[in-house]
Amino acid sequence: MTASVETMSSSPTTVKALTSAKGVEAWHVESDVVPLIAVSFIFEGGSAHDPADKPGVAQMLARLLDEGAGEYDSDAFQERLAAHAIELSFNAGNDALGGSLKTLVKHADEAFELLRLALAEPRFDQDAIERVRAQTIAGLKYQQNDPGVMATRRFFEEGFAGHPYGRPTSGTPESVAAITRDDLVAMHRSIIARARVKIAVVGAIGGDNLSALLDKVFGSLPDAKPLGIIEPASLQKLGSRIVVDLDVPQSVIRFGMHGIAWRDPGFIPAYVLNHILGGGAFTSRLFQEVREKRGLAYSVGTSLVSYRSASMTWGYTATKNERVVEALDVIADEMAKLTSEGPSDEELQKAKDYLIGSYALGFDTSTKIAHTLAQIAFEGLGIDYIARRNGLVGAVTQSDIRTAAERIFGDGRMFTVIAGRPTGV
Amino acid sequence: MDTASKPLLRADAASFGRTEGSGPNLSAFTLDNGLDVVVIPDRRVPVVTHMIWYRNGSADDPLGQSGIAHFLEHLMFKGTEKHPAGEFSKVVSGLGGQENAFTSFDYTAYFQRVARENLKTMMEFEADRMTNLLLEESVIGPERDVVLEERRMRVETDPSAQLSEAMAASLFVNPPYGIAIIGWMHEIETLNREHALDYYRRFYTPENGILVVAGDVGEDEVRRLADATYGRIAPQGKRPVRLRPREPEPVAARHITVADPKVEQPTMQRLYLVPSCRTASQRDCYSLELLAEVIGGGPTSYLYRKLVMERSIAVNAGAWYMSSAMEDTRFCVYAVPAEGVSLQALEEAVDQVLKTIPAEALDSDSIERAKTRLVAETIYSTDSQSSLARIYGSALAIVETIEEVRRWPVEIEAVMKDDLASAAERYLIPRRSVTGYLQKPVS
Repeated sequence: MTASVETMSSSPTTVKALTSAKGVEAWHVESDVVPLIAVSFIFEGGSAHDPADKPGVAQMLARLLDEGAGEYDSDAFQERLAAHAIELSFNAGNDALGGSLKTLVKHADEAFELLRLALAEPRFDQDAIERVRAQTIAGLKYQQNDPGVMATRRFFEEGFAGHPYGRPTSGTPESVAAITRDDLVAMHRSIIARARVKIAVVGAIGGDNLSALLDKVFGSLPDAKPLGIIEPASLQKLGSRIVVDLDVPQSVIRFGMHGIAWRDPGFIPAYVLNHILGGGAFTSRLFQEVREKRGLAYSVGTSLVSYRSASMTWGYTATKNERVVEALDVIADEMAKLTSEGPSDEELQKAKDYLIGSYALGFDTSTKIAHTLAQIAFEGLGIDYIARRNGLVGAVTQSDIRTAAERIFGDGRMFTVIAGRPTGV
Repeated sequence: MDTASKPLLRADAASFGRTEGSGPNLSAFTLDNGLDVVVIPDRRVPVVTHMIWYRNGSADDPLGQSGIAHFLEHLMFKGTEKHPAGEFSKVVSGLGGQENAFTSFDYTAYFQRVARENLKTMMEFEADRMTNLLLEESVIGPERDVVLEERRMRVETDPSAQLSEAMAASLFVNPPYGIAIIGWMHEIETLNREHALDYYRRFYTPENGILVVAGDVGEDEVRRLADATYGRIAPQGKRPVRLRPREPEPVAARHITVADPKVEQPTMQRLYLVPSCRTASQRDCYSLELLAEVIGGGPTSYLYRKLVMERSIAVNAGAWYMSSAMEDTRFCVYAVPAEGVSLQALEEAVDQVLKTIPAEALDSDSIERAKTRLVAETIYSTDSQSSLARIYGSALAIVETIEEVRRWPVEIEAVMKDDLASAAERYLIPRRSVTGYLQKPVS
């Protein structure tokens, strides 16, 4: 291991666990270099809990939280945010409703009060609901025939057929049209609860001041009611290829196989394996074979997806219709080689060096730190995870990689969706 | 919406925010061979961002060779005599670093983010490829295919990107901003090794470069390392000339349409030809910057309130101004119609709203709010060393000064209501505009 990697393998930042007077827990990084505060929070419960016939409720809820709360209607609420340059946003995914807040220190009180209102007292005024509904439907239509969006939508529909993860998280124009105020209120009641939230705060604020603000925002949220259970699922349709016909010169390809969840002890070896196959550096096997050597595509890669009740490895690329078969063959070849021969010792070492050394690069802005910490808390990995993580990567052996490859690639079958007009498929 | 004016990255990566900023405690100097250097300290983590900027972009592509700046940016990863293709990337990756590159209209830039002790290694590699690129024939074909796939991905499969290209081509009649950064399909197909080499020899020189180092490092160390690496490159005597024909005074309001069966949600956009921070006389660019925020920056902006909140004729509306450009640039107003509203009816409504700006949009609360937001963004940007490196690098690349960047918040604060009204009346007028519709073909 090089000296540089050693330097960066210590914890990339100092995190303290904080518990407020009312018992709100948060992870806190105090840093007064820049006069701002960044907050990230994640509530358990998301699109997977949408009513089965109305996908899109959780995302619409996320879009409505800052559209009027307490005594402020939508415009007044937005004006208070803007007048203080407070940035507040919410988003919903399969398993969680999250959000982030960024404010100058001098406007912290106002910022936390607006966050409190958005979480505890959203108004769901009918005009705001109709506006957000219209925006959501327009957004869905805008993307309706985008090849990447079409391929992804079909991939989930078929790959998780019959499971909540197979439904579109943003809904469809028809389902969004059917969402009522009652749906939103019910979803709000079931998700925005005290015991469900993980919080991380980074910036120029001391622990005592922060505790008081967190008490105000989160301390009086209601207790959680049970959420519907999301059954464990795994990717279906392995071994099949689906073409979504669209008149475009380039086909977008999504391919998937088994995964390993972040909470699983086998995750870190899988993460290293994924980096070697198709991780985000110019050195990955797929980047080299698909792009650099053959010029088949501009973008190609794979990533591990880790939901609460399912995990998978999936990949993406896009190539002109005439070369789709060639691209798919090259990808399948590389996965077969990696399964049968494994990476070389040098390749494994370089992957570990990269993952260890680059970890600190994700901790260079307050917003990124807050986001990463909240995710780690949400996954239940422990506050010491960021200090342990590089050690876990460093300990990965060839044998760990083989085990991960067996779990992920199995017999080599993939589920592939191609949007475009590919020749020869 | 801003697809045509975003810099193209070598590979997918997070995009960055606006290009204006203020205040870090930075230093600047020039090496003996003419390379400009900026050092931006950020001591919070033991990491540095190392960027080299060249003062050439797609707007400097020779006639008939559109896309050559961007193609060369890709080829810069293809190796030198000392370091074969891919070695630089392997070294960066083995050190736990990250890298990328991008091409815009006025500049091309390359960057790595690494642990502070690897800064010298980055400088050695980057200085090496400033003059020693090999460009073997065998790498040209596959990489050209990569760029063609990039164009298919960004433009050929996306009608809204096609509209953006067509609108820019219509707005800029004479200057090269009307040509896509990535180049036209039929011209990319003909780009070859000679084109790339000629372009490389002309522009990749120390006098044409700007080195920006942000992070856990001081001026003295950067100077020492830069002298030992970049400093060894022989100067060419002068900076290459950039030929930039200016736009004539426009006379024709233009309307264009991209009609594609894939379009399920119609949209409209309007571009106005306006001065940039480089071409503006007096302080018009600050007025335009603030004007865009007042009339089109988010849900409390004038356009959003009028068209979305009050009249419900649009589901979204806004405006933006691309201030950072060497030549006259674009100011954009956009709107997405509500269900059942035609683009013609929406355009009429947009025009009615724009006409009332001087009388109705410029109350002191709205102006104050916009100023607060713009100035706060400059503070937020100091939270990210890569953002700061980008802000200063791009400014110097279009021949702005560090002092101008630092003064930006003060200039924004100084804009008065009358400045905004005057900017709207002088620039947001039909003959300076191109209006674009994205819709389904009429059956």
